[in-house]
Amino acid sequence: MASITLNNIVKKYDDGFPAVNNVSLDIADGEFVILVGPSGCGKSTLLRMIVGLEDITSGELQIDGTRMNEAAPKDRNLAMVFQNYALYPHLTVYENIAFPLRLAKSKSGDSTGGANGGSNGGSRGRSLGGAGGGSVDDRVRKAAEMLELTEHLERKPANLSGGQRQRVAMGRAIVRQADAFLFDEPLSNLDAKLRGQMRSEIAQLQRRLGVTSVYVTHDQTEAMTLGDRVAVLKKGELQQVASPRELYEQPVNLFVAGFIGSPSMNFLPATLKASAEGTGGAGGAGGSGGAVLSSPIGDIPISAEKAAVAKGHELLMIGLRPEFFEDAQLVDEAKKGKGAVFTAELSHLEWLGHEQYGYIEFEPDEKVRRLLADLAAEMDADELRPQVVTTLSAESRVRPGQPTDLWVDTSRIHIFDPETGENLTRDAEAGAELTRMAAEEREREIEVAAAKDG
Amino acid sequence: MSVEATRVPAGRAAREPDPTAEELEGQKTARRAKRNTTIGWWVLTVIVAVWCLFPVASILATSFKVPGDLSNGQFLPTTPSTVNYEEILVGDSRQLFLTALWNSIGISVIATAIAVVLATLCAYAIARLDFPGKKVVLTVSLMVSMFPVISLVTPLFNMWRTLGLYDTWPGLIIPYLSLTLPISIWTLTAFFQQIPWELEQAAQVDGATPLQAFRKAIVPLALPGVFTTAIIAFFIAWNDFVYGISLTSTEAARPVPAALAFFTGASQFESPTGAISAAAIIVTIPVVLLVMLFQKQIVAGLTSGAVKG
Ligand SMILES: Nc1ncnc2c1ncn2[C@@H]1O[C@H](COP(=O)(O)OP(=O)(O)OP(=O)(O)O)[C@@H](O)[C@H]1O
Ligand SMILES: [Mg+2]
Repeated sequence: MASITLNNIVKKYDDGFPAVNNVSLDIADGEFVILVGPSGCGKSTLLRMIVGLEDITSGELQIDGTRMNEAAPKDRNLAMVFQNYALYPHLTVYENIAFPLRLAKSKSGDSTGGANGGSNGGSRGRSLGGAGGGSVDDRVRKAAEMLELTEHLERKPANLSGGQRQRVAMGRAIVRQADAFLFDEPLSNLDAKLRGQMRSEIAQLQRRLGVTSVYVTHDQTEAMTLGDRVAVLKKGELQQVASPRELYEQPVNLFVAGFIGSPSMNFLPATLKASAEGTGGAGGAGGSGGAVLSSPIGDIPISAEKAAVAKGHELLMIGLRPEFFEDAQLVDEAKKGKGAVFTAELSHLEWLGHEQYGYIEFEPDEKVRRLLADLAAEMDADELRPQVVTTLSAESRVRPGQPTDLWVDTSRIHIFDPETGENLTRDAEAGAELTRMAAEEREREIEVAAAKDG
Repeated sequence: MSVEATRVPAGRAAREPDPTAEELEGQKTARRAKRNTTIGWWVLTVIVAVWCLFPVASILATSFKVPGDLSNGQFLPTTPSTVNYEEILVGDSRQLFLTALWNSIGISVIATAIAVVLATLCAYAIARLDFPGKKVVLTVSLMVSMFPVISLVTPLFNMWRTLGLYDTWPGLIIPYLSLTLPISIWTLTAFFQQIPWELEQAAQVDGATPLQAFRKAIVPLALPGVFTTAIIAFFIAWNDFVYGISLTSTEAARPVPAALAFFTGASQFESPTGAISAAAIIVTIPVVLLVMLFQKQIVAGLTSGAVKG
């Protein structure tokens, strides 16, 4: 149980590569923080610096308020689940899980054991089901039971399935009453079904033990469902740290907006125009100030506040999430007023049962094409096609290849500055509120989990 | 082993519910093909085994022949007897054989120990550290092991005479190192490169000091490799003949393979074939024993399963 504080952490590798740049992050006691970002953005590096396997070039790492930059890994009392599990192949499952306990025991045997014994004792209260004082055997069995490994205790890791190995690695982490758990893409090599199962197990376990956790992942679902807060990294720089909801609804820039969410946000070039009433079939009442954004899919009326932030920019990037769109015929009148209706031709449709994806293609000019390509490269994604993905209700009978009336929720539109990538329409206050709510939620869940354990 | 392995999937396939006729036919051909390969393997194995073991069997049979039997052209002794063994273990040749055996054991063990220690350090450095000249070390050691032994013997002979190493244990141990070191370095490097060194870091995170991490996570994985290397190195030293016969002149250092050439028959008209065969069998025993005892370690795939499969 500990808080972890990163102050302006920098990592330059020996070959001069700046893997992590000036990252500052406060991780509260008991919090579950996710690190996401494209491949090579420095997530693993950051984790390895926290655990002590990689030197910190500059900046300060504090655990529970104490500077830890120079401490050896063994003195940090953190548990880590490695990406490839790193189980000891010559030991049985039982001995693998008991490994950290035996080390601690042999250490407290000699005179240098005071410090570690002390920190173990201090954190005993919230340890594994209160088994802190138990013998090695008790604790291993308790952990094994929790992870449903009891019947495999005498087997060697080589003979286990991927999911079982993953649980052994978890077991080795949880027997220890570590101050925090660090996970490096622990589920990336499992199949989809097992991944879902392990994901919920990790979430529940974390709440039950109430241990501070830092979790690196590539997976959108893991990031959104597991984290109290998600930290988005790009090329070693922290872009935004916020609750999943805030990231999704109030992203700070183009990168975060495009990285979070699947299918990802649609980006369209647009220019601000004073509205000539009734252009482009946009019949909505949204634009009270009469401003419209003229985009390749038609003119989109926007509110006066949004128009105000957009003023002064020659070219704008607007961001529309797929679910902002709907088949105009299926939108109730009450809701219709919040958005605008436009006519477009769907190039093709994908019907998924619970919803369907409709695609609208558009022809960007050279400048916009380059912008989109840069953005795609940054996000480590495939080429961003010049198309708009819309999520339509499954009942909709729209047809591809015909002019179709679509409704778009203009009140939630994001407007970005294409030069800096900054989100001009971000409501910092509303975002902070979302993250505050998530923090309260976390407190409550921990209480509930504690109450359940009796 | 291989028969078991191929039978299991076939059995499982047969138990699957309701296979169509077509599937059955397919399974049958697949099974037939599998059986054919199995038979093929067996035939091959038997041929290789006979090819390798026939000379050994012949020597074994010869070692139990009485002197009169030796040239009768039969494979098996007419009246099996242990005279040859008595001859070399308690009889006239006893002195010659037992000192040679002692020399062989001592020199091979020392040469092996030195080679393994040096090679372990060297291979560790090559596998773990990044330093210029890694490739050079490996290439040079390969070149050394390629160098024909016979071309080294004469210069060595002269050098050893001058240095006073001729006919001494160190005089053999040093050239043996030139045989055992390269192969040890190569095997150990290959082995160390496969070890998941990350385990060392995992152990440190689990609370071990760097030394503990090395001892508890890496040494158990490295040991089978070191062991295998030691056995291979021991065989090489144990089997050497050229150095053994050229760099010794007395019983002070002469190893068994060389000593065999100095056996004489009971009289000068009798050939020493029987005694030589018996001695050959005796020196083969430790090799066979070693292989049988440590077969598991030699084949050990201990490192598999450390990381995601
Ligand atoms: N030992 C090293 N020496 C030099 N550069 C390194 C080293 N390890 C990593 N890097 C570089 O640092 C950057 C960050 O690497 P890191 O492993 O942290 O990425 P990551 O975000 O974990 O990526 P992934 O999602 O692919 O695991 C990469 O560009 C990588 O090339
Ligand atoms: Mg990584």
